[in-house]
Parts: sequence; C-alpha cells; structure tokens
Amino acid sequence: MWQGKDGGVFVSRRAMLAGSAAGLALASSAVLARTTTKLPFASGPRTRSLTSAFPQKGEMILQRSRPPLLETPFEVFDKGVFTPNDQFYVRWHWSDIPTEVNVDSFRLKVHGNVDHELSLSLTDIMALPHVEIAAVNQCSGNSRGLFAPRVAGGEWGNGAMGNARWTGVRLSDVLKKAGVKAGSIQVRMHGLEKPPVTDAPGFMKSLALDHAMDGDVMIAFAMNGQPLPLLNGFPIRMIVPGWYATYWVKMLSDLEVLDKPDANFWMATAYTIPDTPHASMRPGQAGVKFVPINKMVPRSFITNLQTGAKLPANGQQLVRGIAFGGDTGVNKVELSLDGGKTWMTTKLGKDEGKYSFRRWDANVKFPKPGPYNLQVRCTNASGVVQPAQPNWNPAGFMRNVIESMQVSAV
Amino acid sequence: MKMSFAYLGATLMLTATGIMGPLDGASADTVLKLVTTKVSLPDPFRQYQGTDAAAINKNCLTCHSAGMVLNQPAMNQATWTVEVNKMINVFKGPIDKADVPAIIAYLVKHKGTK
Repeated sequence: MWQGKDGGVFVSRRAMLAGSAAGLALASSAVLARTTTKLPFASGPRTRSLTSAFPQKGEMILQRSRPPLLETPFEVFDKGVFTPNDQFYVRWHWSDIPTEVNVDSFRLKVHGNVDHELSLSLTDIMALPHVEIAAVNQCSGNSRGLFAPRVAGGEWGNGAMGNARWTGVRLSDVLKKAGVKAGSIQVRMHGLEKPPVTDAPGFMKSLALDHAMDGDVMIAFAMNGQPLPLLNGFPIRMIVPGWYATYWVKMLSDLEVLDKPDANFWMATAYTIPDTPHASMRPGQAGVKFVPINKMVPRSFITNLQTGAKLPANGQQLVRGIAFGGDTGVNKVELSLDGGKTWMTTKLGKDEGKYSFRRWDANVKFPKPGPYNLQVRCTNASGVVQPAQPNWNPAGFMRNVIESMQVSAV
Repeated sequence: MKMSFAYLGATLMLTATGIMGPLDGASADTVLKLVTTKVSLPDPFRQYQGTDAAAINKNCLTCHSAGMVLNQPAMNQATWTVEVNKMINVFKGPIDKADVPAIIAYLVKHKGTK
C-alpha cells in the first residue's frame, strides 16, 4: 500500500480495471494493473499502472510494456541516495531484448581502428583492474511529461533517474588492450537489443576518444554490489558519469573504434538538443542548431513532502531531499519558503562522490498559517545553478528548472 | 504474479578484497557471482479499443505496445501525422500505406487536441 506516504502528488489507489484511461478501455490483466498512480502533469492522461510484473523488478510505474519503460516511484528517492536495483528505472529503445544471457558464451567484441580485434569473455573483463563509482543515471527525457507545451515521447514524471554504486573496469583499459590506432576519434557502443523489423536503425551511441579514455568512463558488471538486473543491462553496461543515460549502453556487446564521426541516426538525429542556453528554444523557432545531448545539469528535489501537504504553523518542520550537480559535484542546495524571493542554505549529507545524488535537509518554521511555495535549487561545483524558468525543446530533454511545491501551514 | 527469472548452471565468480555485504549502494568489492540469467517479460495484453481500431491494431503493435500511444498527451492532426510518418520512414515500422489514413483518424479522434 502506498497510501499515507505519498499525499497529493503520487496517490496510489486500488486500480480501476477496464475503462480507466481517457475513455479508452484498458484490456488489462490483473497482473499489470493492480494499483495506479497519478503523475503531476498539466494535462492527461496522468494515470499510470503500478506493476510488479517485470523480472527482477519491484513495484514500478508502467509507462510502456514493450519495449519496457518503467519509472521509479518518487517515494523511493526519500529512502536514501542509492536507488535500489529492483526499483531502478528501465528504458529500452527496441523490443528485441535477449531474455537469456549465458555468462560463459557472452562476448564483448572490440574492433574497428584497433591493432588487435578482441573478443572478451566476462572472465577476461573481470580480470582487468576494478574501479567503483557512485553515479546518477538519468534519462535525457526525465520529466518530459512536465514540458509546456507538452511534447511527444516517453511521458515520464521525475522518476526516470537513479543513483547507484557501479563496479566494473575502465573503458580505457579495454581499449588499451585492443590498441587504439592513430587517427581514431570516437568509440561507438552497441548492445544486444535489436529492432524487431529489418532495416531499422540499431541503437548505437558514440563518445569522443578522449572522453572514452578519461578513466571515469567504465564498463560495469555490478550495481550496488549486485549483478545488474537484466532490464538494467545484465551482464555489462556502459557507465558515463555526468552524462545523460543515452550513452550508458546496456547489454554492451560491441565497441568499435571509429576514424570518422559517427553519423548513425541515434547520434546525428535522435538525442540532439538546441545548441542554446539550457537547450531551450521557442516552439516552432526556425534556424536552431542542434547538437548531441551530452553533460547533465544540476537538479534538486524535495522528497519527504508532497504538494498539498498541510504542515504545522510555528512548529519545526524537517524538509529534505536529494540533489545532484550534473557533470560535477553539489556545491550548495538552497530552500525557499516564499516562491524564490528569499533562500536559505540547507545542510548537505555525506559526499558519495561528485557524480552521486547528495542528501540535503533543513529545519524550517512556517511563521503563520497560510499557503507556502517551497522551492529548492542546486548550485554545482562549477557554479552552474538551476534556472527559475523551465526550458523547452521539441524532444523534451534536459529539464532542470527549480522545483516548486505548494503546501500550506495550518 | 511475479514473472519468473531463473539461475541456470553457469557461474562466474569475482573474488576481490573487502567484507561488505550486498546492501543497497554497497560495494561489490566482495565475492560477486554472475550467473546465466533467464527471464520472461510480461505480455502487454492491451489492444487499442473501439470500432475504428482495426487499422491501428493491425499495424501499430509490432514495435511497441499500445501504452506508448495511449499515454501520449493530446496532439493535433499535423503532429500525429508527423509521428506516424516517423514510424514508417525512420523506424521502418511495417505499416500498410493504405491503412495510414485510418490510423491517423483513430489518433485524432481518441488522442486529438480538443
């Protein structure tokens, strides 16, 4: 049961079975629709099923069954800075996902502009030096459903993100083993997911060679101390700390060193953003240059309160949440009770590394009964601060506006 | 009902230093086993509803389940036409050209801007 904890924003209740969503009856089974939740969008449909039907996953918000898009219920982020594997969000592009991975026959191929082509077993990979990093994995389109005007795509709330401690090997160590030839400029990453139709563009992403070799970019075989759930990329996935999750290729099976820029659809057309401040533009604006999405930007959230909460006037009220700096650490998190007119500094929790979620909290007092507009903003270690105005772009990428939450003191 | 996932025979073991257990956020700097893993994914079950749904059910369940469409916000005819053409031209969806007008009509009727 989710009642009580999640207040007005993410209200769970017994599912209506058939006939619930926007007049379009759902021929759903009891498996997929035991309970529902509502996402705080300006327009419908806002209702989503909560599902525990996916393998190795606990209760998730069902955005799409096939290929799976599963959102982390926001309450999970109040439990700590590390997102449990079984509630870590899931996002796949193509529906032909292997449902069985044999750890003996699995191979990672390394080829292209290299001295020696490699076909590495999991044992070969695990024999390389191990590294560990705490890092936020966030979908480029996290919070897309909050865009105004609305845009097409996966209609996520704020739960297409998660933070884990990743264990694996440096991508640079794998590439050094293959020997990168002079004239190489990018490394292209490809996993086992395939389109269900011929001629469709297989999902591939590329990183600049110097980025791939920076020692932070890694191939993970563990997540929070455990093997990755299959839907999070078992047996190995890319970890690109500080960059949006589109580069964190799951079920990584192929690395190709390129000597010319990758012009594949997923680099040149999809996952591109306006080359403007906050990747923002006006709907229909002409002549905008688009570039591949890249580094993340700071965000912060209140996790222990919900919109519409009634809180005691004149008493001590704990407000807490999570923040992350994007491509660098969190410098400060500030809280406002008056819609951003005045700000107070909050206390930061343990530093788990610059790419991790960071806990923050503050004890506040609402001086008199009435409405309060809580806002929270993060400034990262490079001095980048969350904007007061939401961005807009046609794909619904890179939202990081200062979050607001209306509550009242009584 | 939870879908099954099975551990099959093969096991790969990683041995390293440390004594931390498998807590959330814990280090894997201990003995980690990777084992052959087999899962089954739930069947989406859902179809587009309505007497006008034949074309969209015939053409638009190959690559993604209906939920992808049903969860979209209301969009006008021009935007839905762009989306359908993208599915055909970019993502190579096997959509019968003769069914395209009926698909767009369904989307505009059920998911159109009011």
